[in-house]
Amino acid sequence: MLLLRTDSPKPSRLGRTYSWFEERLDLRSISEFVAHKTVPVHSGTIWYYFGGITLFLFGIQVATGILLLLYYRPTASEAYESVQFIVTRVRFGWLIRSIHSWSANLMILAAFIHMFSVVFLRAWRRPREVTWLSGIALLGLALGFGFSGYLLPWNTISYFATKVGTDMAASVPGIGAAVARFLRGGEDVGGGTLTRFFGFHVAVLPALTSALLLLHLTLVQKFGISSPPWIEKRYPGGAGGVPRMPFFPNFFLRELMAWYGALGVLGCLAAIFPWELGDKADPFAAAPAGIRPEWYFLAPFYTLKLIPSHVWVVEGELLGLVGFGLLVAWWVLLPFWAVNREGVERTRLVTGVGVLLIAYLATFSLLGYFK
Amino acid sequence: MTRAALFFALVPAALAADTCIECHSALAGNLQKPAALFSADIHGNQGFSCADCHGGDRTASDMEAAMSPAKGFRGHIARTAIPQLCARCHSDAALMRRYNPRQRVDQYAQYLTSVHGKRIASGDPAAATCIDCHSVHDIRTVRDALSPVHPLRLPDTCGRCHADAARMAKYKIATNQLAEYRESVHWEALSKRGDLSAPSCASCHGNHGATPPQVAAVANVCGTCHAMLEDVFRTSPHQTPFASLGGCVVCHSNHAVRQPSAAMLAGSEAVCANCHDPESPGGKSAAAMAAAIQRLDSTLAASDALLARARRSGMEVSEALLREHDAREAFVKTRVAVHTFRAVAVEKAAGEGLAIAAETRRAGEDALKERDYRRLGLLAALAAIAVTIAGLWMMVRSMERAKPPAAEVSKR
Repeated sequence: MLLLRTDSPKPSRLGRTYSWFEERLDLRSISEFVAHKTVPVHSGTIWYYFGGITLFLFGIQVATGILLLLYYRPTASEAYESVQFIVTRVRFGWLIRSIHSWSANLMILAAFIHMFSVVFLRAWRRPREVTWLSGIALLGLALGFGFSGYLLPWNTISYFATKVGTDMAASVPGIGAAVARFLRGGEDVGGGTLTRFFGFHVAVLPALTSALLLLHLTLVQKFGISSPPWIEKRYPGGAGGVPRMPFFPNFFLRELMAWYGALGVLGCLAAIFPWELGDKADPFAAAPAGIRPEWYFLAPFYTLKLIPSHVWVVEGELLGLVGFGLLVAWWVLLPFWAVNREGVERTRLVTGVGVLLIAYLATFSLLGYFK
Repeated sequence: MTRAALFFALVPAALAADTCIECHSALAGNLQKPAALFSADIHGNQGFSCADCHGGDRTASDMEAAMSPAKGFRGHIARTAIPQLCARCHSDAALMRRYNPRQRVDQYAQYLTSVHGKRIASGDPAAATCIDCHSVHDIRTVRDALSPVHPLRLPDTCGRCHADAARMAKYKIATNQLAEYRESVHWEALSKRGDLSAPSCASCHGNHGATPPQVAAVANVCGTCHAMLEDVFRTSPHQTPFASLGGCVVCHSNHAVRQPSAAMLAGSEAVCANCHDPESPGGKSAAAMAAAIQRLDSTLAASDALLARARRSGMEVSEALLREHDAREAFVKTRVAVHTFRAVAVEKAAGEGLAIAAETRRAGEDALKERDYRRLGLLAALAAIAVTIAGLWMMVRSMERAKPPAAEVSKR
């Protein structure tokens, strides 16, 4: 028995409580499952921690988000003032808000690292295609959290960034105008947009994320943690021969250390660089110079800026959006094009595309930030 | 022919071919220049033609017929006749309403009252007429940045004559106004801050009715913009003695109006010292006013710096910064109160600003204390995290020393 000894002749009160739950919930099977779960040990094991760090930061998001909900008011006339109240009057309100904002950014960063580690460690291979797809969908939802949450403080930068973002959606032919109207809750960004984004942020996206997260974690449990093919080849038993460590407590304690490390980084960022509130949004004011979205949207944003207004007869922005759409679709379908008809993996192509994508995201994000 | 009838006669003609432009465009030098310039002219753009000012028949292809005196051709317009010529249309309210309903139609009437107008009427052709300020053949609207009467270009336009010593010699008028104006706060506001409502020559002297303000009327002129200052000044003990000396000009100069400061009240550059001995009651009162202003200014600068530091540290001090605006307003009121020339009034106004500045200073200090408290808390949290990580690591090490993780276990 892993969790509690129950073999004494006279069980303690705690033992009796455990037995009560054991009888009804079959806790023994859970503890046995945990005791037998293992994690491959090799030079790339460190990358396994990023999935857990993303999950940990998501937990922080949920906890701090619930605390912020106690004071936040999602209307154009009160949103800014309520956030101002949180950061100036509520005890440790500044810390909660700052941690919420910083952990959102760190979570997206950790999710990107997790995604690229999956690509380079070849963890997307059969039978983990659905795990990959659910992970990419979770990343998309995280970006959705970022986009919807950015508007909620109702400050100048967030207001105009949302205007730019929804304008992009509007430029898609056919459905674009309807999508933009749906997102904005009207013809332009206003109080209706704020209420709608708040609804997405605290209800729609969390519900979808919970369901997908459950699927993702279930699949990870079902198929176990993948080892890279070049590691598997080193051992006579293939994947089954790779040295492994017990998940609990060996890997779990290490993961816990990584979480504490992430918490330390988060604390430093929140205390030394508290998230700025800026000035209240004024829909009638001109857009300030140098308006730009959050860092994770900078690369596509800057690329769209570079595309001429018209390329031949096609609108530049439309061309860019269609291009990005195709690129994202291609990336999402990676497990399907990365293996040829004979079942041989196109390893060099996948690595090349992964490296190029990282180089593109890093370069264009930096250019978008500094230019 | 009434003005309105003239208009209706002109407009259809505007649609026809303009042989004046056609022929003069083919000529060279001064004969070609008006035709080349006319494409930028507001009148040309509105459909008027050369013949509307110079007479003649713009539709005739024959030069003799086009410039026939029988068809009203006047050729070159004498300078002294220009104001009347322009006034044919610009004094016609019905006509002007069709083009610009907000355009005034009293320019000619005003011009006749101006020094320029009077000199022209007395037969002095060197005095300024409409075209000297508005240009000719390429006349643009005042809003057009290329117009010589656009607010940013007006000082140079006036200066073309008034800064020309040779031209002004016979009128015995000084020529330093433009140079002095360029050192003034008014020019700074106009040129550097881009505030097109900032005063330039015409704001004080008038445009079409341009005339130097009389000494007794200077306060009225300044008061058109500085209304509060004028009201306060009128209640001050200086109102009567300054009336015959030029009012505001006594302390602030006329064209070289510089940024006012406490140094104007006390010290080596004090204008008060021109009349008041520093030890006299007036001198002491000036020193007291200067001290009040300086105290408020330095206190505000200190709280500004404190709040800026707190903001740079990421602290939320927007409410205090908003309050700081109130303190700045109190500072402006204090400077306005100087025009009462009573130390008590200045000290009272400064006191209000000082009270607000004390509040904002406290807010800044509190924010910095809070920042230090947060950093201390962070250090404690980081220490706790480091200890926990070290403890976990030791736990893993000791656990794995006692029972190394199995090299190969069944995969789950």
